[in-house]
Amino acid sequence: MNLGISRSQILALALMVACIALLPLVLYPVFLMKVMCYALFACAFNLVLGYAGLLSFGHAAFFGTGAYVGAWTAKALMLTPELAILCGGATGGLLGMAFGFLAIRRQGLDFAMITLALAQMTYFFYLQAPFTNGEDGIQKVPRGDALGVLSLEPDMTMYWFVSAIFLGGFGFIYRIVHSPFGNVLKGIRENEARASSLGYRANSYKLIAFGLSAFLAAIAGATKTHVFGIATLSDVSLETSSLVLLMALLGGKGTIFGPIVGAILVVSMESKLATMGSWVMIAQGIVFIACVLLFRRGIVGEINRGLRTSL
Amino acid sequence: MIDTSASRSDIALEAVGLTKAFGGLVAVDQVDLKVRRGSIHGLIGPNGAGKTTCFNLLTKVHAPTHGRILFEGEDITRLDTAEIAGKGLVRSFQISAIFPNLTVFENIRLALQRRRGRSYDFWRSERVLNAFAEEARQLLEEVGLARAADVLAAHLPYGSKRALEIATTLAVEPQMILLDEPTAGMAHDDVAEVVSLIRRVQRGRTLLIVEHNLSVVEGLCDAVTVMARGRVLAEGDYASVSNNPLVIEAYLGSDQGYGQGYGQAGGR
Repeated sequence: MNLGISRSQILALALMVACIALLPLVLYPVFLMKVMCYALFACAFNLVLGYAGLLSFGHAAFFGTGAYVGAWTAKALMLTPELAILCGGATGGLLGMAFGFLAIRRQGLDFAMITLALAQMTYFFYLQAPFTNGEDGIQKVPRGDALGVLSLEPDMTMYWFVSAIFLGGFGFIYRIVHSPFGNVLKGIRENEARASSLGYRANSYKLIAFGLSAFLAAIAGATKTHVFGIATLSDVSLETSSLVLLMALLGGKGTIFGPIVGAILVVSMESKLATMGSWVMIAQGIVFIACVLLFRRGIVGEINRGLRTSL
Repeated sequence: MIDTSASRSDIALEAVGLTKAFGGLVAVDQVDLKVRRGSIHGLIGPNGAGKTTCFNLLTKVHAPTHGRILFEGEDITRLDTAEIAGKGLVRSFQISAIFPNLTVFENIRLALQRRRGRSYDFWRSERVLNAFAEEARQLLEEVGLARAADVLAAHLPYGSKRALEIATTLAVEPQMILLDEPTAGMAHDDVAEVVSLIRRVQRGRTLLIVEHNLSVVEGLCDAVTVMARGRVLAEGDYASVSNNPLVIEAYLGSDQGYGQGYGQAGGR
């Protein structure tokens, strides 16, 4: 019955903020920025998977759209980074509304397949479109000056900029989940027929959730583009769609902090095992199978069950 | 209610020539049904009589092949579940329809939340829902679930899930409630409890109950419509209907109907 933030959530949030503040002293900030971008992406994805109960298999379309539009507006239109990232987010959000409009008419596997098909179409669009440079991608995207004054070229300045976006996005998702809208969304996930019989139009809620999720996924993509200065086809690929699914499931779908934990694990695994080449995929597969078998609710999901918390 | 034709008549829900065919099988055949405002109306019949299909037509799960449905004089034949709910016509489910991974309190609050409209405001804190907390507690008190407020709905015993569902339905303040076999699968003591709960919470609302168990109908309903083989067999109060030879024959003619339906009514 407690409507506020629980004590365990405050504790976890404090821990997370402390990590963001202190970890760049010991770890490479670019790596941490990558983790934050993917963590935001996974949290956005979790909004539809965990809270609306929709398995999207094409979220890379939004992440990639954010990356390409963010890169193009920053490089060709010379927009400041925050505007370029917002443009990327808005385009991704609109694309999400369009895809969602088509896909939410179906449920379960059909829904997943429609999102997958639309994401593949998006992939080929970015492969063929003149402004994306095909296989090369958009390179040398300037980090630019935040608000037109603060140069983001130094890694640590960029780091605080990305941290602000990540925390802002995370806070926004927390608010969505704990809003009147979020309560209805959870009701629809739990029992759609009952929610409609009470007078809630399930598809409208799902569509709004899908659009918000796409918007935030695109923000994450556009941010990542600014960190690395490049937008490529891999951002919009099927592999990225499955990676974000892996992060959400690993950490715990439908939990607040789960996707972040999942993103940390997956990104760390990728960088530690980078020397193994394509064996990374196999290692990831094994970790994934082990996790699904050992803790079906994901890491944070199991913690919540054990400690009766709602992290 | 502004509509004059509706206020002149005392009929809340009306079905005219309602027909539903699944391929070649006509499950509901030219059913006319009138439910008076403020009454508890029973829709009964042996297994396979078409009463569940009829209920599903009224609650918009299926679209009728022919016929019209009127609620308070307004044609609602083409509206969907959420739309009729907006007009004050709310159904309950045979399998207790609850939100299993929300607490009992959250279940009720979600229904009360309907009153603030569609709640598309994803930017606002759920603290605005505190406004419904007191009423949610009162409703839970009313159906005897006050002490289970913080329990996950999935963990409630069967009878309590039913009570929770009824409380949830009441929370949206419907003008009319459609109940699908409210006592299905219940032990005798629970049945009595649900019957008394329904009576307690009715308070002038119109109720349509699809029921298999005749003893429930006997104690509860002001009017009864008996269906058999997709058609209306008899209509009237319980006493006249239960003595109707056609009805007796329909129930006796069906093995299951005898055991679960007429047999129970006759046995008491």
